[in-house]
Amino acid sequence: MSVIQLIFLITAVITLGAAIMVVAARNLVHAALWLILTLFGVAVMFGLLSAPFFAVVQVVIYIGAISILMIFAIMLTRRGLLDSGSQFNKGWWVAGLLSLLSFTALVWMLSTWEGFHTPLPELSRDTDFVAALGAQLVNPGGYVLPFEVASILLLAALIGAVVVAWEKKA
Amino acid sequence: MIPLSYFLVFAAALFSIGLYGVLARKNAVAILMGVELILNAVLVNVLAFWRYRTPDKLDGQAFAVMVFAVAAAEVAVGLALFISIYRRRNTIAADEIDLLKW
Amino acid sequence: MTTENITWLLPLPPVLAFFLIVLLTNRSRWLSHTLAIGAVLLSFVGSMVVFFRAIGTEHLGEHPITSAVNWFPTGSEWFRIGIWVDPFTAVSLFFVAWTVLMIFIYSVGYHNYGQPKGDHDVPGLPPHGATIKDEHGHEHRVPSIEPMYSRFFAFISLFAFGMYTLVVSDNLLTLFVGWEIMGLCSYLLIGFWYAKTTARAAMIKAFLTTRVGDVFMLLGLAYLYFKVGSLSYEVIFAPETIQRLAELPSVIVGLSAAALIGILIFIGTVGKSAQFPLHVWLPDAMEGPTPVSAMIHAATMVSAGVYLVIRFFPILSAGMEHDSLTPPMLAMAVIGAFTAIFSATIALTQKDIKRVLAYSTISQLGYMVAALGIGAYVAAAFHLITHAFFKALLFLGSGSVIHGMEHGVMHTGEHIDPQDMTNMGGLRKKMPITFWTFLIGGLALSGFPLVTAGFWSKDEILADAFGHGHWAVFLTLALAAFLTAFYTMRQISLSFLGEPRTGAAEHAVESRWTMTFPLAVLAVFAVAAGWVGIPEHFPVVGGLIPNWFHEFVGGTLAEHPETVAFNWIPLLTSLVVALGGLYLGWLVYRGVHAGQADPLQRPLGPVYTVLFRKYYFDELYDLLFVRPAIWLSETFAYLWLDRGLIDGTLHLVARAAFSVGGYLRNWIDKPIVNGFGDFVGESVKSLGRTLRFIQTGRVQQYMVMALVIAFGTLFYYLFFLAQP
Repeated sequence: MSVIQLIFLITAVITLGAAIMVVAARNLVHAALWLILTLFGVAVMFGLLSAPFFAVVQVVIYIGAISILMIFAIMLTRRGLLDSGSQFNKGWWVAGLLSLLSFTALVWMLSTWEGFHTPLPELSRDTDFVAALGAQLVNPGGYVLPFEVASILLLAALIGAVVVAWEKKA
Repeated sequence: MIPLSYFLVFAAALFSIGLYGVLARKNAVAILMGVELILNAVLVNVLAFWRYRTPDKLDGQAFAVMVFAVAAAEVAVGLALFISIYRRRNTIAADEIDLLKW
Repeated sequence: MTTENITWLLPLPPVLAFFLIVLLTNRSRWLSHTLAIGAVLLSFVGSMVVFFRAIGTEHLGEHPITSAVNWFPTGSEWFRIGIWVDPFTAVSLFFVAWTVLMIFIYSVGYHNYGQPKGDHDVPGLPPHGATIKDEHGHEHRVPSIEPMYSRFFAFISLFAFGMYTLVVSDNLLTLFVGWEIMGLCSYLLIGFWYAKTTARAAMIKAFLTTRVGDVFMLLGLAYLYFKVGSLSYEVIFAPETIQRLAELPSVIVGLSAAALIGILIFIGTVGKSAQFPLHVWLPDAMEGPTPVSAMIHAATMVSAGVYLVIRFFPILSAGMEHDSLTPPMLAMAVIGAFTAIFSATIALTQKDIKRVLAYSTISQLGYMVAALGIGAYVAAAFHLITHAFFKALLFLGSGSVIHGMEHGVMHTGEHIDPQDMTNMGGLRKKMPITFWTFLIGGLALSGFPLVTAGFWSKDEILADAFGHGHWAVFLTLALAAFLTAFYTMRQISLSFLGEPRTGAAEHAVESRWTMTFPLAVLAVFAVAAGWVGIPEHFPVVGGLIPNWFHEFVGGTLAEHPETVAFNWIPLLTSLVVALGGLYLGWLVYRGVHAGQADPLQRPLGPVYTVLFRKYYFDELYDLLFVRPAIWLSETFAYLWLDRGLIDGTLHLVARAAFSVGGYLRNWIDKPIVNGFGDFVGESVKSLGRTLRFIQTGRVQQYMVMALVIAFGTLFYYLFFLAQP
């Protein structure tokens, strides 16, 4: 086993373990913290996939913004579900079955695909991925439209969130 | 050295765990955490395919950027909704919010 | 205008008058009677023109004035109709025109034109009088005007049309049309006062009895047409046709075709001219107003029957050799003679003034029929014409008498029948014109010698009978003549002579000029009409005036009939019976007082009752024919067939339809159709009720369901459908 494979294995185990804790944790704040760990693990994965930009974006956005937001939401809705009692609903075994099934199905389907065992191709070292990505994102012949739509989406989400959560004066 | 299969299996596992979280947890925020896990699995999948199958094109990366944006937007709106629901019904347990039933 | 054209136009004015009165002038009495009289006057003038031209034509019998047009196609040929004026037509037109005109004028006065409307008069009943106040404030009852005045004139105009059509037609079909139109008018006019039950019964009786005769007549016409192929006189009276018909055997063994046709046609006359046994309708027909009785039942319609057999004489006498009678002629002689004496005996006992005249008419028609039966063609035609005049005169006179009596009834207020002769008496002083004209008519009827028309015609019949050796006919007719004179004098004595037997008779008044003027005119004819037929060898007066009638009318036949040789016996017989009867009648009835029974009652005893009840023929026919017919219609046809069979079938079908419908509804519609519909609805509802529990409102459960189904479908697709 090479170094890369080892790193991968450790990262995968940690990430998956943390993910399981996310869904199993009784205390919600603990679950949020486990989520942060998972997201870290995924960021490492991104690094392994030669996408360092995305690793950074993952940390900044997911961990820095989204997880914090979730912790805020947990705290604001504390009294609703105190950390006692079952955290799982009635049909949890069906959900378990389904997730197992989905995992098996996915792996099996992919294993029949001939590209399943693709080795790592060489990257041409002189390309600056981030700059190229940025250029593509504002290129009219490229992805400027999705980019702009995404920005509008974010705007809409911003306004929508504000409106939805607006507290009406009693 | 690391074939594509490792990443795909990893992403599938993460996806399934996230699915379990979405379907089995009572708390709405916990459900949202499960959704985040799924989205992350998707990102890993997309980037893995980009790195292994078409590394010279940037389509995969652009797609990943979009996923990020969408995920962020969705979390924001979702949480705003949960807060609003909590204010009205004083609960955010998914199986207690069942007004649209028969 | 040519004679043919005038003849074509003769029936037209009366029918136009009929339509105009019915459609337009019904409300105006003056306009209606003026139209009617005007129309008949036009036809009268036309008839006179045709008559005078006809008598001026040489050999009219061999070359009659004719004109014909195609009417309807019959296969490869046309059925032609037209007009035909031969000598017999000409003299018929003469008497028809005069009598019809006189009767129309008479009707104006009879229906009290100019009088006020009655107090309680309703259309359908005879007028009952109006109360008026004179200058002293006294109330009088006076005769009132007939409510249905215009209707009467419409009907008699239609009738005149029928008679003219019959007389001028050149074929048996249009003759039959005229015959039937007159039958219809007779029906309508007998029941003119339709609110009276007796009138209604009489009108039906008349129509149905004549119908019996008409059916046989139609059979005869059909058979004739079948054998000959035409109904025009030109064809059927041609000598070849007659010869053929006489030799052709008919469907009845022993009768030739001519004989069978003749008998069938004669039966038509038996009905129309009220011969025995179809005589029962004529006395009841007196229910109609008197002008109707005069015109239809004395002068014209019943004469039409005799007209027909006279016209038909060539076929009736086909195959006759010398003095032997053919079967139809034998039938005619027997029935005619029998009828003559039969109804004369009934007339002896009748009390109603019009009934006596009705039976007298039947009797005289029997004379004519018998005359024709023995082959006395000219005598029959002669008697037809003279009888028309004096019988019309007698009927109109009786109408005048009835009017006078009604005036008396209104004056005194007695409840007596103004038509009953036993309530009359002494009317000669109160109604002189009526008396004298009636007397002339009565003498003519009796055959008073020399100065009355009836004498000449009756004498000729008796002479013919005697001369050709038909003794039975001769004796019967002579006896009937005696009875005729007797009952005529009885009638005159009871009505006019002696003293008034009731207050009404005392207060009778003479009728108006519209009624007495026609009486006078007809009286002239009753006297003078006989003088055109004085036999050549008659003592004293014979030969002074040529026997124009015999010459003229005799020319109608192919073989000019010979005049019978003069013989004293028939002349003496006729004098004896006529004068004897008259004298005896006067003797017996001159002194009858009020309340006295009929002087004949005691001598005749039970025979009197039989005669008075008309030999119970009405009762017999009622038993034999009327009641079975009523049973047939009321019970058999109505109850059994109509209500039972037809309605029963319908009800059965209805019930079956109902039950089928019920069955369909309860066994198919409700369970199957409704049930299926309900089943579909109910099952959807129950499915819904079962399935709705899926909708828990919990999002996670929905997601689980979606994923399960998605995975299941994917599974199925990947592993079972797509082949790796």
